[in-house]
Amino acid sequence: MAPIIEFKDYTFKYRAQKEPTLRDINLTIYPGEKVLIVGPSGSGKSTIAHCINGLAPFSYAGESSGTLRVKGEDPAKLGIFGMSKIAGTVLQDTNGQFIGLTVAEDIAFALENDRTPQDEMFDRVGQVAEVVEVASLLDHAPWELSGGQKQRVSMAGVMVDDVEILLFDEPLANLDPATGKRAIDLIDKISQNKKTTVIIIEHRLEDVLYRDVDRIVVVGDGRIVADEKPDALLAGDVLKEQGIREPLYVTALKHAGCKLTAESLPQHIETMRLEPYREQMARWFREVSYEKAPKAQECVLSVKDLYFSYVEGNPVLQHIHFELQKGEMVSIVGKNGAGKSTLAGIICGFLKPARGSILLNGQDISGMSIRERGEKIGLVMQSPGQMISKPMIYEEVALGLTVRGVPEAEVKERVHRVLKICGLYPFRNWPVSALSYGQKKRVTIASILVMNPEILILDEPTAGQDYRHYTEIMEFLKEINEKYGITILMITHDMHLMLEYTDRAIVVSDGHLLADDTPAKVLTDEVIADKAYLKKTSLYDLAVKCAIGSPSEFVERFIHFERETGEGRGSHGTDTDL
Amino acid sequence: MARILTYEEKDTWIHRLSGVTKLVFFLLWTMTSMLSYDTRVLAVMMAGSLVIFRMSKTEWRQVGTVFKFILFFLVINLIAIFLFAPYEGVGIYGSRSDLFHLFGNYWVTKEQLFYELNVMMKYVTIVPAVFMFVVTTNPSEFAASLNRIGISYNIGYAVAIALRYIPDVQDDFSKIRNAQEARGIEMTGKASFFSRIKNTAAIIFPLIFTSMDRIDVVSNAMELRGFGKHKKRTWYSGKKLERADYVTLAVTALLSALFLFITFKDGSRFYNPFAG
Repeated sequence: MAPIIEFKDYTFKYRAQKEPTLRDINLTIYPGEKVLIVGPSGSGKSTIAHCINGLAPFSYAGESSGTLRVKGEDPAKLGIFGMSKIAGTVLQDTNGQFIGLTVAEDIAFALENDRTPQDEMFDRVGQVAEVVEVASLLDHAPWELSGGQKQRVSMAGVMVDDVEILLFDEPLANLDPATGKRAIDLIDKISQNKKTTVIIIEHRLEDVLYRDVDRIVVVGDGRIVADEKPDALLAGDVLKEQGIREPLYVTALKHAGCKLTAESLPQHIETMRLEPYREQMARWFREVSYEKAPKAQECVLSVKDLYFSYVEGNPVLQHIHFELQKGEMVSIVGKNGAGKSTLAGIICGFLKPARGSILLNGQDISGMSIRERGEKIGLVMQSPGQMISKPMIYEEVALGLTVRGVPEAEVKERVHRVLKICGLYPFRNWPVSALSYGQKKRVTIASILVMNPEILILDEPTAGQDYRHYTEIMEFLKEINEKYGITILMITHDMHLMLEYTDRAIVVSDGHLLADDTPAKVLTDEVIADKAYLKKTSLYDLAVKCAIGSPSEFVERFIHFERETGEGRGSHGTDTDL
Repeated sequence: MARILTYEEKDTWIHRLSGVTKLVFFLLWTMTSMLSYDTRVLAVMMAGSLVIFRMSKTEWRQVGTVFKFILFFLVINLIAIFLFAPYEGVGIYGSRSDLFHLFGNYWVTKEQLFYELNVMMKYVTIVPAVFMFVVTTNPSEFAASLNRIGISYNIGYAVAIALRYIPDVQDDFSKIRNAQEARGIEMTGKASFFSRIKNTAAIIFPLIFTSMDRIDVVSNAMELRGFGKHKKRTWYSGKKLERADYVTLAVTALLSALFLFITFKDGSRFYNPFAG
């Protein structure tokens, strides 16, 4: 069979870059294959997609050498329009790429541009909407849809063209775990039923492997480091070397010293052959037991019986109550739209609760303005771009103090101190624009820390970040939490974050408080996981299959082991690159 | 979030009309009322506008805020006309009937009041027509309509896409404002006027950067799906012209012609009750 995509000694250099982003790529993909491309940020994995769909060199200028053929054609000659008939791309930002004012129009967009008669459009939009299960939503506007629904609309929008290749650029980045699972399932169905070639670019490996893929291509530093079947790849060490997170059960097995083989089928925990490892796992479980030190209890924030609604009679939050102890790191989790951000908004004073109270160190804060609360409870937005408003780093960090009329000498002293804490002191006279994403994130955290808040609330601190940046951001937060005793509350749908870094998880589902427990317990409880659109951790399955009595205890010991040994943090730690 | 001045689907004959029809009606109606100072014509058109507005079942909450703003602007406008040209009406109607003295050189005249009444009637004619057009026309259908009357689809789509992203930008705006306020940037009345202007920058810059990112994503997404490939494109939500459309178009054209004829018949576009 002739390959549908063929890179031969392919090198690509963006015009804005000094060094090539891709070097000597040799990659062959056959029709109907389902290939997962993984690699850390900046490895060049997205560039591979851009070369296939023509965004490079047409939208992102650059030069290439070697050859690339997609269905026998050269994308650099065919152009973006020509390629769009062969390869459909679903971008990461599902809201941003929603162009139409309704679902139907968005799906029809490519057809409209191709001058398809209106009646034919109605038919084809209807058919493809059935395939991705959005037929009942055709008249809906984008703001009426959930993240998962928007993504399915995006899929429909490219499938309506009968493309032979579907290219997914980080399809899971903005989805809660359960919705992500559903997306992977749908992609799998489409690839099987329509025999479409599917290429998924993603760093959430374990989530993609929820369904079979034929091959995994690992990209590192512009080169292809591995191109193997999933079972073989998971048995080896390539992923760890490249700073890509292995599925947790694989990590646990490797921690226990098990020598994995491709024959044990590690691609799915459900079907993996665990007999050879069972004994070793049980022994490891006993070895890594530890004494749990009780934490000092000193309540800093107390939320009592909180109710909130935008429209009367349609409550968004009901009877929410929890406490934060001083120095805790706590996560708020739940599916997209469950009310997590609303809750943070109420704590910060952006929204007024209909009922209930919030106490900070025992004092009711309902009378405090947004600004007054901001001095005690700092909020860090998801994207640094939403906060940074000054050109220079020093000015940006100083902003909260200068507007409060703090004397200049004190501003300077406090800003310098916080810049040192955040590892930004050497850059204090730099423009913000010269920083990397992770560094900008640090600037926004610094600009809040400078006000000496007691509590830091972070909205999706690591969304869209690869494992390395994730680790850097989280290790930094852990450091300020441990060293300076700042209580941290994080809104997240990253199960790993919640498991690895937080002491407690507050689970919100449909406006109700569903659970308030250790992440290990929450993620091993099927009922909670289902209701809150979380995903039961694969460590649970591993524990059950290895006949370990208490799965949640197993998860806790695993996390403790990782924290103690610094395993899984990679060699990167909090280096200066962030 | 309350969305003002946006399309809402309702089942009235006005909603069912094609966007082209409504656009042509809106343009002709506005143009005619702008040209005419014939009070009789304006009175009829004003009544017509109000009836149509009523028939479109538009609710106060859809247009209230904007209406108040326009009302404010209208009052300012009327006062300004008086301040800058207190005898405009006298000049136009060729007579002067003083009512009472205000101050300095300012006398209130019947002619001036009548002239300003005409200006007000124009507003009251045009504003409901604008509201009616905006809240009853599906924006994508509007884009299709613009294209059909010969305007490049790039322009039509630019309008549609702006409408698509307005809610998103509003959302970004309130998020950014909240976060900056928590950092201590005062946006409420407490701050002085000058510092409020300065503080606005703390919201505007992040908003611009966030919006630029959006634009980048959208333009890639559009290109990946073939936008701009051909000189022409079709429209999923375009409506064919039906009988009601042709009737409306004919009636609109006839009325406009009639109104303009009445207006210009005697050589002046002003109706003069003070003559003779």
